[in-house]
Amino acid sequence: MATIRIDNVKKRFGQTEVIHGVDIDINDGEFIVIVGPSGCGKSTLLRMVAGLETVTSGEVQIHGKRVNELEPMDRNIAMVFQNYALYPHMSVFDNMAYGLKIAGTAKAEIAERVDKAAQMLQLGDYLDRKPRQLSGGQRQRVAMGRAIVRKPAVFLFDEPLSNLDAKLRVQMRLEIKALQRDLGITSLYVTHDQVEAMTLADRMVVMNAGVAEQIGAPMDVYQDPRTMFVGGFIGSPPMNFLQLRQASDDSMRLPPQIADRIEKAEGPVTVGVRPEHLSLDANGEARFSGRLRYVEPLGAETLVHLVTEGGEQITVRQDGIAQLPEAGSQCVMSSAAEHICLFGKDGARID
Amino acid sequence: MEKRVIFKGWLLPLLLLTPQVVVTAVFFFWPAGQAVWQSLFIPDPFGLKSQFVGLGNFEFLLRDPFYRASFVTTAVFSLLVTAVSMGVALYLAVLADRLIKGAGTYRTLLIWPYAVAPAVAGVLWLFMFNTRVGVVSWYLGLLGYDWNHVLNGGEAMGLVVVASAWGRISYNFLFFLAGLQAIPRSVIEAAAIDGAHFWTRFRTIVFPLLSPVTFFLLVVNIVYAFFETFGVIHTITSGGPQQSTTILVYKVYADGFVGQDLGSSAAQSVILLIVVGILTVIQFKFIERRVHY
Ligand SMILES: Nc1ncnc2c1ncn2[C@@H]1O[C@H](COP(=O)(O)OP(=O)(O)OP(=O)(O)O)[C@@H](O)[C@H]1O
Ligand SMILES: [Mg+2]
Repeated sequence: MATIRIDNVKKRFGQTEVIHGVDIDINDGEFIVIVGPSGCGKSTLLRMVAGLETVTSGEVQIHGKRVNELEPMDRNIAMVFQNYALYPHMSVFDNMAYGLKIAGTAKAEIAERVDKAAQMLQLGDYLDRKPRQLSGGQRQRVAMGRAIVRKPAVFLFDEPLSNLDAKLRVQMRLEIKALQRDLGITSLYVTHDQVEAMTLADRMVVMNAGVAEQIGAPMDVYQDPRTMFVGGFIGSPPMNFLQLRQASDDSMRLPPQIADRIEKAEGPVTVGVRPEHLSLDANGEARFSGRLRYVEPLGAETLVHLVTEGGEQITVRQDGIAQLPEAGSQCVMSSAAEHICLFGKDGARID
Repeated sequence: MEKRVIFKGWLLPLLLLTPQVVVTAVFFFWPAGQAVWQSLFIPDPFGLKSQFVGLGNFEFLLRDPFYRASFVTTAVFSLLVTAVSMGVALYLAVLADRLIKGAGTYRTLLIWPYAVAPAVAGVLWLFMFNTRVGVVSWYLGLLGYDWNHVLNGGEAMGLVVVASAWGRISYNFLFFLAGLQAIPRSVIEAAAIDGAHFWTRFRTIVFPLLSPVTFFLLVVNIVYAFFETFGVIHTITSGGPQQSTTILVYKVYADGFVGQDLGSSAAQSVILLIVVGILTVIQFKFIERRVHY
């Protein structure tokens, strides 16, 4: 049971700063997912919380106590690594019992706690095996087991599912979520997979190039992206972005309340709209036109790709199998005004 | 995991094997066979004819107190050389593994001794410890210690052990360092998070994962101590004083080429061969079981 506070944390490797001041407040029992593209500093941030990496400046607190100077073993945390990091020469039982043995826990209690965890993770039949005799999914479970037997205050996960195949990943995702909910342990989970982030997170942190661009519940982040990066990174297919030259050029007709805001903004403005909020008709207040390039029918949905006169790509997501005009023909698209997002020249929202 | 290469016919495989077989035959089977043959005879002092004595040479050897003493000397010597060279190498490798800056220089410097031939290494150490002009013995003299490995058997043993182990440290160091760097960082980190401090991690994680390397080095170093230390012993002590540093392989040389007792020398080679064979079998049978690959 613990809260975590990450307060203006920065990290430099030599001369290069890779984390530029991140603030996150995590409540007790919360499941926080840090998501972002490769190299944005997710692992580095997590490793600073774990104590595997020093904090260059700022403060990390666990349960209200500054832990910057504490060794990993003194932080009461458990971590699940991407490659599982099991002890290859020990049996599954010994892998899970290792931390307890070091802590000097009584033999009977170790056996009891390991057995309980093994049962929870369906590892009962494998306790005598070595890690190399297990499948990837089973190894993953052992790594989870090793984390939970110690009853830590905080769970840290660094892309724990990325070595599994797609089906197993979905299954393990559900298991992790259920486990975390049952145990109620504060968790920090790193992934570059937005689906994982959306499904697991109580709140997610979208990171980009060493900065936390937005922190919020998955649906809030999805519906209300605060920056262009977030809109483009979360959602598949991503949000459409259209550079605006005048408030109303030929390929774009925006309602007056939006045009007003664009007028007041300094510098160029980008209009963002999600593919599912567009439809191939003129019913909405915000209208766009473009030439149809190609169609991807996926059964449950159909993705229509268009290009504007200015050469910008637009994707429209239609439900089911839609009747569509020929490739190459001019189309009109529209969206309700409330679904239009405006971004200023630094990529931040201006509405 | 076994990889099999399938050849059509037997000519090509035979051809590929030939060089190895020829080399082994010329440099091992032939001299070994000769040694076995010679060990059954006693040549006359002029080497003109020899007399068949069956196992007489062996019987004589096993009753010879000097020969039995040489067994003990060899055991002590090899154990010390192996322990010292592996212990120091492991210690240095652990330090180098933790080093981030300057690791390259450190490594290069540590590899140099390996390039020095055993005989040269022997002369080097001999100079340093020379009872009259040696640097180290002079400093020891200042400290009030009278170093004289020419008279003192214990000191002589110490010196040959250090000289032999010194050249070996580089070799062992390289293997240990490679072994250490092959251990995934995250495994060590997981142990740190699990609460293990440096020494506990070393004992429970690092050392067990290093065991294949350790085992390999154990076998190689014992063989080294048995055979290749000849040059060091020859240059530093010539087996003395009073045969206190005469290991088996040196006795083969001393009795055969200096003492001209070829029959006994051959018998000693055969015994040496058998001893090393048994040792290796023991190592593979009993120690390898504790190795985690
Ligand atoms: N030990 C290090 N020394 C120097 N630079 C490092 C070190 N570790 C990470 N970096 C740099 O810090 C940045 C962030 O790395 P990090 O591993 O945190 O990325 P990540 O978001 O976890 O990416 P991925 O999704 O690929 O795992 C990268 O640019 C990386 O090159
Ligand atoms: Mg990472």
